Amino acid sequence: MSHDAAIGEGILGRSVPRVEDDRLLRGEGRFVDDLQIPGALEVAFLRSPVAHARITSVDIAAALALPGVVAVYDGASVADRVEPLLNSEELRVPEGIRANIDPIVRIQPSPLLAVDEVNYVGQPVAMVVAESRYLAEDALELIDVEYDALSAVLDPEQALVDGSPLVLSDAEDNIGVHIEHGTGDVERAFAEAAVVVEDTFVSQRYVASPMECRGIVATHDPFSNQLTVWSNTQTPHRVRNHLASAIGLDPEAVRVISVDVGGGFGQKGILVVEELLVPLAAHDLGRPVRWLEDRNENLMAGTHAREQVHHIAIAADAEGRILGVRDRMIVNLGCRNMVGLVVPYNSLCHLVGPYRVPNLRITATGALTNTMCTAPYRGAGRPETVFAMERVMDRLADELDLDPWELRRRNVITPAEMPYRTGILDRRGLPQEYDSGDYPEMLDRIHKMIDLDGFRKRQQQARSEGRYLGLGLAMYLEATGLGPFEGAKVTVLPSGRIRISTGAPSQGQGHRTTFAQIAAESLGVPFEDVELVAGDTRDIPFGVGTIASRALVTAGNAILQAATLVRERILATAADMLELDPEDLELLGGVVRPKGVPGHELELADIMRALPVTPRGSGRDSLSETSYFQPPNYATSSGLHAVLVEVDPDTGRIEIDDYVVVHEAGRIVNPQVADAQIVGGTAQGLGGALFEHLQYDASGQPVTTTFMDYVLPTAGSMPDVRLDEVVCPSPTNALGVKGLGEGGAVGPPAAIANAVEDALRPFGVVVHACPLTPNRVRDLVRATQL
Amino acid sequence: MADSRVRTATTPPLLEPSAWHEIELEVNGEIVGAQVESRLLLVDFLRHRLGLTGTHVGCEQGSCGACTIIIDGQASRSCLAFAVQADGASIRTVEGLAPSGAPLNRLQEAFHTEHGLQCGFCTPGFLMSLTALEESGEVGKESIEEHLDGNLCRCTGYVNIKKAAHKALLGTSEEAAR
Amino acid sequence: MTAKISAAVVLAGGQSLIPVMNLRMGHPAALVDVCRIPELQQLSMTPDGSLHVGAGVRQADVLADREVGARWPMLRRAISEIGHPQIRSRGTVCGSIAHADPAAELPAVALALDATMVVRSRRGERRIAAEEFVLAPFTTVLEENEILIEVVFPPAGADSGWAFEEFATRRGDFATAGAAVRLVAGAGAVIDCRLALFGVGGRALRLSEAEEAVVGRPVDEEVLAAVHSAVESGLDPSPDVHASGEFRRELAARLAVSTIERAWERSNG
Repeated sequence: MSHDAAIGEGILGRSVPRVEDDRLLRGEGRFVDDLQIPGALEVAFLRSPVAHARITSVDIAAALALPGVVAVYDGASVADRVEPLLNSEELRVPEGIRANIDPIVRIQPSPLLAVDEVNYVGQPVAMVVAESRYLAEDALELIDVEYDALSAVLDPEQALVDGSPLVLSDAEDNIGVHIEHGTGDVERAFAEAAVVVEDTFVSQRYVASPMECRGIVATHDPFSNQLTVWSNTQTPHRVRNHLASAIGLDPEAVRVISVDVGGGFGQKGILVVEELLVPLAAHDLGRPVRWLEDRNENLMAGTHAREQVHHIAIAADAEGRILGVRDRMIVNLGCRNMVGLVVPYNSLCHLVGPYRVPNLRITATGALTNTMCTAPYRGAGRPETVFAMERVMDRLADELDLDPWELRRRNVITPAEMPYRTGILDRRGLPQEYDSGDYPEMLDRIHKMIDLDGFRKRQQQARSEGRYLGLGLAMYLEATGLGPFEGAKVTVLPSGRIRISTGAPSQGQGHRTTFAQIAAESLGVPFEDVELVAGDTRDIPFGVGTIASRALVTAGNAILQAATLVRERILATAADMLELDPEDLELLGGVVRPKGVPGHELELADIMRALPVTPRGSGRDSLSETSYFQPPNYATSSGLHAVLVEVDPDTGRIEIDDYVVVHEAGRIVNPQVADAQIVGGTAQGLGGALFEHLQYDASGQPVTTTFMDYVLPTAGSMPDVRLDEVVCPSPTNALGVKGLGEGGAVGPPAAIANAVEDALRPFGVVVHACPLTPNRVRDLVRATQL
Repeated sequence: MADSRVRTATTPPLLEPSAWHEIELEVNGEIVGAQVESRLLLVDFLRHRLGLTGTHVGCEQGSCGACTIIIDGQASRSCLAFAVQADGASIRTVEGLAPSGAPLNRLQEAFHTEHGLQCGFCTPGFLMSLTALEESGEVGKESIEEHLDGNLCRCTGYVNIKKAAHKALLGTSEEAAR
Repeated sequence: MTAKISAAVVLAGGQSLIPVMNLRMGHPAALVDVCRIPELQQLSMTPDGSLHVGAGVRQADVLADREVGARWPMLRRAISEIGHPQIRSRGTVCGSIAHADPAAELPAVALALDATMVVRSRRGERRIAAEEFVLAPFTTVLEENEILIEVVFPPAGADSGWAFEEFATRRGDFATAGAAVRLVAGAGAVIDCRLALFGVGGRALRLSEAEEAVVGRPVDEEVLAAVHSAVESGLDPSPDVHASGEFRRELAARLAVSTIERAWERSNG
């Protein structure tokens, strides 16, 4: 594929091979469990085996007496010491939203260990600290807990019905969030429409499943009185701030270091109770304490995601121009409202995406149920909402007898309309404005890539032979570069090398490479001379983290800003040393020299050495600058997925013949890395489209808690993904970049569902939900044959 | 085995209730002697007793493949074997592919140039599965796919892993994943 | 809560037992690793043409043996469908049969090929037909202190045909449904047919109505239709997280038809 997104002539915009790879390929990665910390104790959690019950007694005596067990905590032993957990940053309601929408946002803090009541299977009830994980798990079997069962509610719509059992016994009802928002006059739009389509589309519960589960090691050092925490978090500064306030320490007395992280996808971006309990134990015991979640725990009690129901209606004129959309969505929050508006509001403000929808009315209700909490996972509300919108678009196309491609072409916003205001408020509570994009061009590109006309002919031909081919499209936008800020410190080290420090660590995205490219280009130093420390709270005092497709936009621009300042300081210092004007100097290839005068050069190490001894120096002994970037608006990325499938109506098997993604994410820093993010996201979306479903049984037991039952994509089950890109640099930041980490995951459920329905049109099948396993597809076909 | 160095793995505190065994095995060409508990998993022995942390644990159920190593020439799950079962065995881990200082081998290099890894957690398992395949002399598109299916990756979507495998094992990445 | 402690348990390949222990759903007090006993590592053909697979023989060892593959192609084919190469390298043939997972390949192959289980204890040796060996999911007739030391596959005749097919969501998964069939043909008709279905009940099972529909006739459309309806009416699989019972039944009927058709083609009937 071509990359016309290259920025400049230098290292920026090039597919620089990743600097992270060498260590990882040699087995020299340092993931949390790889850290060799002598004397570290290990933790295991006793978790609730029931969905809802009153705890009548907890007996830890036998566990405590087991040789090798160092401590056992139960709910009572921590409840009066540490406040229940709140993801306070995520639970904040922006002023604009409060003033204009006034949503209901109820907060249910999570006790670190259950006290009196458990509300879902997997809830931590007790924590054992022992000399080894083996011994800690032995001790779990000796803890005696008596439960008095309470009624559980699992279905989010049931939970909202009057008289439903209460998920939390002391709550007034099961509502966690309720938002009503929109624009225009929807009733009139529907009344005047030539055609109205209404249906219900459901996004199933599926989960991030990073290959490395959650993990944390904490140690308390009496010499410095510092609590050091190595964690595979995506948001180290947030962990530090919560931890410090929970344990009652100053923020600077807690150092959180994000080491190598084995994938995050959002699941490691939310604070969970275990993250507070493990450091608490280390602080109490004066010994290093480690917890590594196992896969069973991760699937049962790592944050879940995606479960939503959309009752959606669309109104259009006879030519298929959208007049209005109405959606009533129910988000299953699980047992507590963990992250407030984040997912429901993301779903709300991404529903209509690239389409011109003059009249819109959305009601979003977050329901509590006796299940694990749901929280952001790659896409964070977008795959769910795009599933509903793109499904109803195809239903509308069917009703109008239009090709789904043509229906989209008639409704997408054009570049001439940019920046485009939708009429609703964005997540910050400000008028939602798309900064740039070229949606018609994306549709035109995909038309060619899949040879739409040729495909329709083949489809007709195949049907006459009893074979069922289908085409599915899915189009979406993604507001990226979430604020409020991210920072970067750029420092010239004594060796002359450059170190970047930022609060946005990598979980595989390749920041050490892409961030170094930005710094190298903006400073004028060799790429190889730049190193990155991302996610060590000691290196930079404030940070947010790598979530919400924000790292490149926010940290990237902070690096650019800080590097620009450092470059000025380097040139000013060198100018002093050389007794020249800074204007007459240039910094190229890591060397300062008078413009156009070869031979008269200063290396950065020379400048550093001279700093403390130079009479004309500024009196500062470092060349280091920190800068924080606050995005003025979201940078709006977009994507269009097209998939060609063949469906076997007898076995329900779906063969993917072609999968194409056209994406737009502003300027591209490293094409190879960017493409891989799109493909990786697409594979996760395909997992949700085809296989993945975190299921509970009727009593609230999660029944897919191994990788044998929770089915992930494998190499053989994934298609090649063909990519193309459109470039619309973002006007919201100096680099012109947009985020793209989540995008790939948004399209596949809708694209696959649309394709399967298209393939099975002769049967009259309507697809309402994923995953489209062979069993599900066969169910759909069978239902039409009865 | 005779000319290799011999070292003894450290023994942890004797709080363990299960029986203990003396084992001796070869790990990456080195003879290792150790005392291990009956129930100690081979992967925990490698990681925590020998410090070979390149082999990772992703599921403990044999599904994800992150812990794949080579036992007596065959790719195997080190989470589904006890350390005591490896007595007398010859074991290879990712650390043995390109000993420190040596350049990356062809397979590792292909993963690098084709961007076949993102977070890198699953990577050692893929490398060991493919190394065992390469050495079996049964390399082909079908056998590559069969071996790749035994390892899960959540980051890459596999496309670049397939390219890397084809490049290193078949000498071409052109038709990868077809 | 008291931990359930069971007595000594045979550890063969460990690819099913160790996951159970890692999940702490099994607590054997002692494990006996049979893979280290030389006499149980025998993979041999006896003069009468039968195949003896010892308890310590890994699935990969059987796959690697070209002669075994040529003479017991169904066994080879079925093993190639088990898990992944990284599992078969340690998993054993006898271990899989003794584990008696209702969705596993090898118990069905043993049933279709009319294999004999040789079990031994201090009390002596017993030989048990595959038909009698598995009682229920994960439950066999093996008694306390008794181990499966060998499975014996009878010789394959030149007049026999075979087929093995399974339907799984992804390669390497346990089958949603599967079928293994061996039929003997002569003079243009089926003389004997053993059809084993798996993934569709508490254990791999034969359906006499389906087999009887085949025997004594050439395999034609009418026979296949009879097989299809015999399987459809003879099975009532339970649903689980992967598939409904209805879907499994449909698949089993399709697979029974396609395997019998294929086996007939392969036979000299």
